[in-house]
Amino acid sequence: MGDTKQWPGIELSSEDLIGKKVTQTRYHPKAQYSWAAGEAISRFLNELKEGKLIGRECKHCKKILFPPRMFCEQCFKPTSNWVYLKDTGTIQTYSISYLDKDARRITDPIFVGVVSIDGATEKMGIMHYFGEVTKDTIRIGMKVKARWKPAIERTGSVLDIEYFRPLKEGEQ
Amino acid sequence: MKVGIIGIGIAGFRTSTPEYSWKELTYEAASRAYHDAGVDPRKDVKAFVTCAEDYWEGFGIFDEFTPDQVGGALRPVCTVCGDGMHGLATAFMQIKTGLVDVVAVEAHSKISDLLTYEGVVQHALDPIWNKPLRGHPFYVAGMEMNAFLRASGNNEKQCAAVVEKNRNNALKNGIAAYGSPLDLNDVLTSEKMFDPLKKLEISGLADGAVVIVLASDTAARKLKRKPIWVKGVGWANDSPSLETREWTQAKYAELAAKMAYKLANIRNPRSAIDFAEVDDRFAYKELQHLESLGLAKKGEAGKMTARGDTQIDGKFPVNASGGSLGCGDVVEASGLHRVAEVALQLRGDAGKRQLDGVKTGLAQCWRGIPSTSGAVAILGVGP
Amino acid sequence: MRKVAVIGAGMTLFRRRLMETPKELCFEASRMALDSAGVEMKDVDAVISGSAPDAFDGVHMKGEYYSDGCGAYRKPYMRVYVGGGTGVFSAIAGWYHIASGLADIALVVNEEKMSSCMPHPQSVFAYIWDPILDRPLKPNLVWIFAMEMNRYMTIHNIKKEDIARVAVKNKRNAVGHPCAQLADPNITVDDVLNSEVMAWPVQRLDISPPSDGAAAVVMASEDAVKKLKVETPVWMKGVGWCIDSTMWTDRDLYFPEYVASAAKMAYKMAKIDNPRKQIDFAEPYDPFDYKELHHMEGLLLCKKGEAPILTREGVTQRDGDLPTCPSGGLLGVGNPIAATMGQKIGELYWQLSGQAGKRQIPHEIKTGVANAWGDLMQYGSVVVMGV
Repeated sequence: MGDTKQWPGIELSSEDLIGKKVTQTRYHPKAQYSWAAGEAISRFLNELKEGKLIGRECKHCKKILFPPRMFCEQCFKPTSNWVYLKDTGTIQTYSISYLDKDARRITDPIFVGVVSIDGATEKMGIMHYFGEVTKDTIRIGMKVKARWKPAIERTGSVLDIEYFRPLKEGEQ
Repeated sequence: MKVGIIGIGIAGFRTSTPEYSWKELTYEAASRAYHDAGVDPRKDVKAFVTCAEDYWEGFGIFDEFTPDQVGGALRPVCTVCGDGMHGLATAFMQIKTGLVDVVAVEAHSKISDLLTYEGVVQHALDPIWNKPLRGHPFYVAGMEMNAFLRASGNNEKQCAAVVEKNRNNALKNGIAAYGSPLDLNDVLTSEKMFDPLKKLEISGLADGAVVIVLASDTAARKLKRKPIWVKGVGWANDSPSLETREWTQAKYAELAAKMAYKLANIRNPRSAIDFAEVDDRFAYKELQHLESLGLAKKGEAGKMTARGDTQIDGKFPVNASGGSLGCGDVVEASGLHRVAEVALQLRGDAGKRQLDGVKTGLAQCWRGIPSTSGAVAILGVGP
Repeated sequence: MRKVAVIGAGMTLFRRRLMETPKELCFEASRMALDSAGVEMKDVDAVISGSAPDAFDGVHMKGEYYSDGCGAYRKPYMRVYVGGGTGVFSAIAGWYHIASGLADIALVVNEEKMSSCMPHPQSVFAYIWDPILDRPLKPNLVWIFAMEMNRYMTIHNIKKEDIARVAVKNKRNAVGHPCAQLADPNITVDDVLNSEVMAWPVQRLDISPPSDGAAAVVMASEDAVKKLKVETPVWMKGVGWCIDSTMWTDRDLYFPEYVASAAKMAYKMAKIDNPRKQIDFAEPYDPFDYKELHHMEGLLLCKKGEAPILTREGVTQRDGDLPTCPSGGLLGVGNPIAATMGQKIGELYWQLSGQAGKRQIPHEIKTGVANAWGDLMQYGSVVVMGV
């Protein structure tokens, strides 16, 4: 490596590509999908529409798994039954994002993170938004509760929950 | 050290599987394979190989979604962008190193989740030379069929005979999605889609999953399993470019077979091998592959087929399973399905399709349009 | 077990945009690796390629598409793809091709062309998430790193300064790397701490950028090494790989269990039971600065939470007791995902064969470890190499 003087690679600038200074060809692939949610997630989504969170029990591992699945990836056995969970939980981790999904800057940050759900085995959680928090109030370990969309607006999606917000004094 | 197959699991092929997610479908095949092998994947399986392509699945990095349903959570798993048979070759190599002694291979098709199959296949074409031509990419198969028939002397009627054989064979196969008692005339009069390629000469798509467990001879003995030996394995690529590839022969099959025959110590394939499961995604491919594999002389594959030599009760049964034409095109799971069929035949577990007294079988796969990539495996019984 | 060595390596420049097509990038890196090994394509028994999302290059089954650029014409060819773990895993694939006895000489080529993806390669990362559980939340890739970084910092009470030191070290180390995209001899901890907040706690200078590039290595069996009279073979002493469950929201992200599992597998093969003492230098995967620390702990080179202390104390500098990312890593050289094999396997080879030029570690080294990492905080591939 010490001898090599000329390393291969010709650098281009953004302008070269966008300004079409280099010969190029453009193509937009036709790639559309509709994924079968399967047994476990279909039930999960239907319960969200009803304003409920549901998990699956693995009797072998003595765990309540969330999000629910028909088989336990730890012992590789089918899970045994459905278990309704609470809609409260604990913030396991979070981020305060100033970027949207296309990497564009936003001024109102998005609070997002992982919330573990009460009623499931420890640390079983989902990613979701956090609301009614500021960068000074949010913390790992905070107890939160789901804020649901009104029933008529729920479609059977993780967005049926608007966000998780701090649990108020005396709430369950 | 020998390497053999000790477990086979298939989740049957259907045109769509709306009640299953791809994870649940694969879990079914995996559970069957592990039960067959008598192994607990969480303890006894030392490595896992999955075979997938992002665009078939609709994911940016499909590897992320592979481990749980095969028992690979927090275990050595790798994804090969190839057919299930490339995965088999990978598992074979991993065991031969001595590092791991039991490896599971998985491949599946959940192609019913893909709404724009044609669009995704077109996306595989060269962006500069071929994409601008637009059109359904199966024109490549039509062109190849044309070139192959002219060069080899095989004819369209013989290609149709392949369809008749395979779709009827599939009626004997419980996992097949396209079993049908159609006849030669049905095929010959079916719509010309990519002339000379006709509608009924194109395999229909299907969902399904296949999991195979391989083990070293020592591990198989410990697990009290009688393996079907992987005597030889080979894989190869020809030029990916349409403009510079060999059109009249399946060079990738010839080279893959050469590699496999060498490992298996086979000098005369036709006499050493009793039956074969080869890719027939497009009917003419069965003939082309038989010739490129050295299982039929040039220009003879069509005659063999017309004579009935490749029927289940013929001299050299080909695609007793029904092939892709009869079972369904299960995308990257195709080759692994062929391996499973060969192994089932050698075990005597092929039910109504059982071939008599077979000892050595060949499985071959091709990765489909527009690739020139394929693999070969030679399986055999023995002590 | 059959011994396997790396006998040559090559890589292209890493830049945000390169003119070369995927095939050309593969060719350039392969040609360089073959020349450095003193072999020709006819001597190569098998070709292995590693590349990450097809969506970047814009071709489905892109492994087939650029296979001729890798010299795979009429040869056994295999593409492996384990997300970001590919940078090291493809070398493991090269290893088992030869250690299995099926090949004597193998060419491993890793390529990534991220610039073809418009409007920005970032957009591809929207599709790596679960379509039902995660995608509806419109996540940005940086979120998951930020969540992991936050968890790691909070559990161990780590200050941002100590993490920023990694970015400074690596971008300065990269000054000695001829292919580097982001070398900066003057960068300071304050620069990093003052850079724009992307998704707290991640700031702009904590991240490595998208890049185009390719890297290749030639591997050979012991017999081939003898026949070719290779002067400085660098041996593959240990390999390990591991993937964790897809359900990342059920895992505690503060420690990469899967990296530790892969490391244990590699160390067992390499007969290493005291990594901190027996490993002389390391190339952990550093797409973000905190990842280097996360992986040092995952590689069992120090106790959990100890990596920032080692960094603060200068232990991981090129002239320190455990030089870490002497190449300049992904932070300094660039991050064309799979092609980072150049900074991991390539660097191990160049350092251990004394060919690392301005980056050469100034004291004796015999054994190095590299890891790559990827997927949804899931994949660990580890290689131990030595002379």
